[in-house]
Parts: sequence; C-alpha cells; structure tokens
Amino acid sequence: MSNLRILVATKRVVDYAVKIRVNAAGSAVETANVKHSMNPFDEIGTEQAIQIKEALAKSKAGTAEVVVVSCGPSKSQETLRTALAMGADRAIHVDSDEELQPLAVAKLLKAVVEKEKPDMVILGKQAIDDDSNQTGQMLAGLLNWPQATFASKVELGDKSMTVTREVDGGVETVKTPLPAILTTDLRLNVPRYASLPNIMKAKKKPLAKFAAADLGVDIKPRLQTLKIAEPPKRQGGKLVESVDDLVDKLKNEAKVL
Amino acid sequence: MATRLQSSLRLVARQTGATLARTSVWNRPVAWATRAAFSTNAPHLFAAPHGKVAFTADKYPHMRRNNVFKKLSEEDVTYFKSILAPSSITQASDDLETFNIDWLNKYRGQSKLVLKPSSTEQVSKILKYCNDHKLAVVPQGGNTGLVGGGVPVFDEIVVSMSNMNTIRTFDNVSGALVCDAGCILEVLDKYLEERGYLMPLDLGAKGSCHIGGNVSTNAGGLRLLRYGSLHGTVLGLEVVLPDGTILDNLSTLRKDNTGYDLKQLFIGAEGTLGMVTGVSILAPKRPKAINVALLGVDTFDQVQAAYKRSKNELSEILSAFEFWDRAAIKLVKEHLVAGANDPLESLHNFYVLIETSGSNKDHDDEKLNTYLEGLMGDEIVQDGVVAQDTTQIQNLWAIREGIPEACSKAGAVYKYDISMPVPVLYQAVEDMRARLVQSDAFGDGKLFTSVIGYGHVGDGNLHLNVAAENFTAEATALIEPYIFEWTAGHSGSISAEHGLGISKNNFLHYSKSASMIELMKQFKKMLDPNGIMNPYKYLPDK
Repeated sequence: MSNLRILVATKRVVDYAVKIRVNAAGSAVETANVKHSMNPFDEIGTEQAIQIKEALAKSKAGTAEVVVVSCGPSKSQETLRTALAMGADRAIHVDSDEELQPLAVAKLLKAVVEKEKPDMVILGKQAIDDDSNQTGQMLAGLLNWPQATFASKVELGDKSMTVTREVDGGVETVKTPLPAILTTDLRLNVPRYASLPNIMKAKKKPLAKFAAADLGVDIKPRLQTLKIAEPPKRQGGKLVESVDDLVDKLKNEAKVL
Repeated sequence: MATRLQSSLRLVARQTGATLARTSVWNRPVAWATRAAFSTNAPHLFAAPHGKVAFTADKYPHMRRNNVFKKLSEEDVTYFKSILAPSSITQASDDLETFNIDWLNKYRGQSKLVLKPSSTEQVSKILKYCNDHKLAVVPQGGNTGLVGGGVPVFDEIVVSMSNMNTIRTFDNVSGALVCDAGCILEVLDKYLEERGYLMPLDLGAKGSCHIGGNVSTNAGGLRLLRYGSLHGTVLGLEVVLPDGTILDNLSTLRKDNTGYDLKQLFIGAEGTLGMVTGVSILAPKRPKAINVALLGVDTFDQVQAAYKRSKNELSEILSAFEFWDRAAIKLVKEHLVAGANDPLESLHNFYVLIETSGSNKDHDDEKLNTYLEGLMGDEIVQDGVVAQDTTQIQNLWAIREGIPEACSKAGAVYKYDISMPVPVLYQAVEDMRARLVQSDAFGDGKLFTSVIGYGHVGDGNLHLNVAAENFTAEATALIEPYIFEWTAGHSGSISAEHGLGISKNNFLHYSKSASMIELMKQFKKMLDPNGIMNPYKYLPDK
C-alpha cells in the first residue's frame, strides 16, 4: 500500500449541545442564530482518516492524503476549516443553497469520487439533524462499492480493510476489499482538538469550491416534510399519601385501571 | 421505622446526587452518558464516611459553645412542628449528616434539627422564635462553601433554603430575574438560557449551590472578569432579620439612589446579619458566539504577557482568563474521569484557559485567531487548542472546574484563596513550596504531597491548595499564619472570594484595620443583638 487517498464527507449541523426548537410555522427546526458545528460522527470520521495517515507515516508503510468534502451553503466552509485544523490535507466545498437530502448528497459525492478517485470514503453513520443513516449506504449502491457501516474498529490490510461493526445483537467483523465505503459509529475513536499549530497551518491548505450544478447531478429533493412538532411535555410526578390515593389516581387520572 | 440499611442507602443516594451535581455535566453523545461518574465519585464518598470526619468541636478544642444559647428542647421542636410541614423537619441522626458536614469533609457540626421552610413567612416565624429563645441558627444553602460557614459548629439549628426554590418573575426586556434564595445556580442558568440570557456568575459548584448562598458569600467565580461582582449585579434582596422582620428590598430597578444601600451589607455577610430569602439579579444577554482556547506555556511571565495582550486584542469579548499549574493538571489526570483527557500533547508548566463571548461569531473568530497567531509567533505560547464545538468547550472547562474536586481526592486539602497584584500571583505558590521543602515536609510520605496553584488571573485571585495526608494541627501550623502574613506583606486579601466562615475569621486583621473590624462588630450588634445568626464565624473571636 503506497499512496492512499481517503475522502471524508462532513456536514455542518446544529451543534449537539443546543436545545433545538421547532419554528413558528411548524415546518422545520429553528436554525437561524443557532450555533452550528461539524456533525459529531463526521468528526469521528475525520479523526479516523487522520489516524490512518499517521499510522502509515509512523510505520513507513506508505503515505495517505486526507481530503475532506462538504455539500451545502457557503457556511459549510467553517466545517471544512475545522477538519483542516484537525489535520486534513485539503478540502472541497460543493456549494449549493438548495435543500440537499441524502440521495442528492450521495449523487454529489459520487461525482466527487469519480473526480478524486479515493481508496476509501468515510462518512458519519448519520447526521444528528435528520438522523437519516442513508448517505453512506446510497453512495455505496451508486458506486457499486462494498460498504462497512457502524464501524467501531478499523484495520487496514493490503488493499482491504477489516471492520468491526456495531449491530443490534452485538458486534460483527467483516472484511472488504478496497475501494470501499466506511461509516463511523460512536466508539470508533475520540476526535482530537484542533491544535494551534494546525489551525495556523490550515489557513494555507487548499479549499476548492465547485457549484453543485456544475457536477451535472439531479439534486431535487424527493421527500417533503409535512409537519414537525415537539414531543408532548413530560408531566411531573406526584407524591401520594396512601394506597387508596394511589389507586384513585391510577383509576381516574392515569386511567390505567 | 426505616432500617439502618435503608437510611444509609437513602443517605448515600442523596450524597451521590449532591456530589454528582457539584461537577458540571458533560453532554457527550449517549454512550458516554454511562461514563464512570459513579465509580470515580463513589470512592471519594466511601473513602471518608461520616464516622471518619471528626467533630469540629473536638478538632478545635479552643472553640467553646456559647452557653448563652439555649439547648434544643422538645417544646421547641413542638413549636416548629406547628408551623412547618412534616417534610420540612429533619431530626433522624443519619439524615442530619449531610447538613452537619461541609463539602470539604473538614468540619462537622452536631446539630440535632434541620428546618426547611417553604416560604419567607415561615423563615420569619422561625427566626423570631429562635431570637426570642436564644436558639442559635445556621443558614444553609447548597453546602458547597469552602470555609465552613454553612455548617454548625455545635448544636445550632440548621435552616436550609432547599425548599424555597421558586423562580418568581423574569422581565425579558431588562433581564431582571427575581427568585427564591434556594434556587440552584445551574437551574437558574438553564431557565435563562431558554430566554436568551445567562446568570452573571458561574462557578464549579453550580450544580448544587444556591443563589442565596452565592449572594451571602459574594461569590466571584469564573466570569467576574466580564460581568463584575454580585455587589453590582444584585438589584435587590429580600432578607429576614434575626428578630423576624421581613426586609423587602426586592427591587428590579437598575438605578435607585434613595437612601443607604442596605442590601450591600447582606451581600457577603455569610448569614451573620440576617437570612436572605429572595434575590433580584440582573441577567446579561446570553452571548451568541463563545470560543474557548487552552494554551500551554512555560513560565508565569508568559501567562501574564498573554493576559496583558488579551486585554488589548480581545478586550470587550474576553469573558474568562484562568490559569493552572503542572501540579494541578497532574492531579486532574490522576483523579478525574477518563473523558477528561489532556488535549495537549506534552505537560507544560502552566496552562491558560481563555474564553471569549460576543454577539458576532465572525468578528470574535477573527480577533481570537489574530491574538493566538500573535502569541504563537512571538513564542509566548508553546502549544494550544481551540474548541470547535460546544461539547469541546464544556470539556475544556471541565478540566478547570475539575481541579478543586481532583485536589480533594488527593487527600486533605488546605485551601487558600488570596488576591494580590498580578505580577506576584504565582510567587505565593513558589514560596510555599520552598518553605515546605525547607521544613522537610514536602514529598511522598511527608506531611504534604503537593502544592497546587490555579485561579483567575484577570482578577488577581490565586487558589493555593496544599494537599496533606490529613488535616492535623502540625500540618496547619506549617502553613498558617505563614500564608496570611505573606499575603498581608504583599498588600493582598486573605480571602478573595471564599469568605471567612470559621476558617479565616481569626485572620481578618491581616486584611482589615482594627477600626474597620470594630465598625463591623457594631453592625452585627445592632442587627443581631443576641448573636443567634451563624455564631462563631465571620468576625474574629476577640
């Protein structure tokens, strides 16, 4: 394995710690004036790519180039800068102000893959704003590449990778040839902080921009959100004084008896 | 009748809750919600079971119970039962422990009765009765104080604000928040967060401390640099005087120059002049853009250089400038949860945490980047990281906020909180270490195992922690009154923000003149002639 090119897909989403609200119209989550940052699973993906690069360099088995890509409006570049500050080598911004659903993103990424010819594509298992868990799988389908999703451990071999996956019943280990798609799960790694030296270096790293339209891809949304509502507010518990009181409440208030 | 086991389990559950609440919660994705919070806190709990903490009265035999104070009788309890709900009265000995022992596990009182009133009227009745019958009283908030001011020395009755936790009103144009004194600081902050505001103070104990306690100790905290002290942000107070009079000064006015500003007397009075039952405080707008950077530097001169520059280049967006030393980070790494990984690759002599808060992210990012680039370019800073999302911000703060707790796990910790001119800020640590080394009292197996320095550079406030195996008279003699003399010699304050309690009341003369202390005593005599409010504390014994 001499020169590995790893493409990492990232998405700018509402920050994990923010308490989200539904907008007044009930049509979407309020995103104006709300803190955004890189999707946590994509941070894990970026970290994984950089760790692979560092491991290769350390064992002198080869080199790797980490290319990070994001599809979205101009603010997506903030996310790319974070990835560069973590240690990615260059960034690609696929610019679009339209709503991009997973299928559209998968098609755009396919176009990027055909240009960049990476050996592997790493995506987060899902974005924390739509929780779709589709883009990685759809991309694999469009490219006809193997996929290893929900990865909690990755080992690179000669033109292959062995991935431990988190599945409902426990863990499953699969081996796939490269090129392949990998989607990250929580336990894969702990993303590093952007260090000052790397933040300074990141300013000089290339960030290329393409308009989504130029990639010749149909990005029209296929799904329409009809309504968004908050879950019903949780009622407080009540203390009861006696068994009779408890039975009365279960019968007349909770209506379970 | 609850069995001993049941009472113990309830007690542990309550203590665990209090200990967990004291450290701020990290919001890493679900899997990490099951981090070893229990396992690292539990050893601390079980390492110092209540049986192990000596009674203050035994540890400090020079303190004598003032027998002017009546001893609690059945009649008294009957009276309290007549004005309070049964759930507001605690008498069972196992349940009394948490109220009798301070957060440091250093002081232990012998109160037989804890009252938890739910209204100001009830507080008024309690104090009037206690004043009439000369029953001594200890007002208690979250019991997170660091100078033993919130726990009884002998058998004083504890009056706890924990049942008075209602938020009364909030004006979302002016930002004036009016609430009960028993509201927990973090709860208030979350309430304000939903409305676009924040509490003007923040400290590591936010999960447990009460706003009434904060006001009574004039708590400083991590953001005093930006928002100022409670003397400025508190708009009004509702206080019950020792004779039961309810003083309603709960104004929400920003400007009101009508008469002596009495509330200032109670702010920082540590419950010795009256009991704070309601607080009106001015909440600033919550900043839209927050940035946190952690820097590693070699010398304290560089810490100061970074600070001076930050005032020039970050100026109005600077909201916190904290530092800690190598000894502190080593303790944090040793005693805190696995998630508190050190983001920097190597150990540095000093660490600086800078926070900026502003209304425009792009503007703040640019200022911060220019500032940091300058520091790196001029080699003032060796290494550093900048948080990229809110979770990283919380994790960086967790390192700083975890230092007090990490210290307390290192053994018995003598805590000093002194303020002095910034240039000599770290000298106190160096001089203390030198003194202990010279007395052959420093190192593994010796009296003291570490000397740690950290604190609020911008406020000239050093937290000097000296960790010993145990709190002993021999250990104490080596560091007191040396540290107070040192502070006085540098024209500093022997208690920058922690207050006096019973830890420092007898050292007050190191920072205040005799005539000032005399005037303080006169105020005390005037407002509390029977001396029932938090006796044995705050003012010197002689």
